[in-house]
Amino acid sequence: MELSKIFNISGSALSAQSTRLNTIASNLANADAATGDPKTVYQARHPVFASVLEQASAGSPPGAQAAAGVQVTGIAQSQAPAIARYEPGHPLADEQGYIYLPAINTVEQMTDMISASRSYASSAEVLSTTKELMLRTLQLGRG
Amino acid sequence: MSSITDRALGIHPQALQVASRRMELLASNIANADTPGYKARDLDCRAALAQAAGEQGAGRVRTTHPGHLQTGGGQGDTGPALYRVPSHASLDGNTVDSQQEHATFAENAIRYQASLDFINSRVSSLRKAIKGE
Repeated sequence: MELSKIFNISGSALSAQSTRLNTIASNLANADAATGDPKTVYQARHPVFASVLEQASAGSPPGAQAAAGVQVTGIAQSQAPAIARYEPGHPLADEQGYIYLPAINTVEQMTDMISASRSYASSAEVLSTTKELMLRTLQLGRG
Repeated sequence: MSSITDRALGIHPQALQVASRRMELLASNIANADTPGYKARDLDCRAALAQAAGEQGAGRVRTTHPGHLQTGGGQGDTGPALYRVPSHASLDGNTVDSQQEHATFAENAIRYQASLDFINSRVSSLRKAIKGE
């Protein structure tokens, strides 16, 4: 049944987008986490998406490409250098009086969050439409 | 495979098959809207329907044994998925236009429901005919 594959495809998209939302939440939560050492500062995390081909069902003709779901192949850490801020009164400040903050743009993270939530909603809508159509198919011929 | 029920149902079983295959492709387009390098795909509906319906096409090689190589023709084959012509360039190589995919998905869902309704009404007509009402 072809329609049931959509549950796998859209389900993988939901899972990937929620991973993306998780990393965004982590980035936003740590946006103000100051340290006294530029090496230990929090680095922004970004998920890496890749499409993964579904297994072609048995008996499907050759050349019919299988549809693709999404998987998160890894979490990339940003290489942006930490932002140094001169705050001699800060308890974590180093000898020169600097504290180090992660190079996270809050506005960028917020727009990324909106994009992720929109994509999540799209796939959820696809799922609900598919579910409705499958239920109607099961009722076929009973009317 | 040309019993009275098959003839009564017409093209709609094949149409359902094409629509469900197309839904699968559109769902993967929507799922991969944020995947770098993903190319959106779709079926040529008219050609797919003609191919799925045309099992008696002249000159087609038939497979009569499970050991035969699949010819790619015959009933149930909906033809190859084609790549969509991108409507806008994107830096990461993704060609999914989310709005277009949504609109096409909705349209395809309606087609699927229409075929279901047609089959349903044909089945109830057949049932009436059998009962002699």
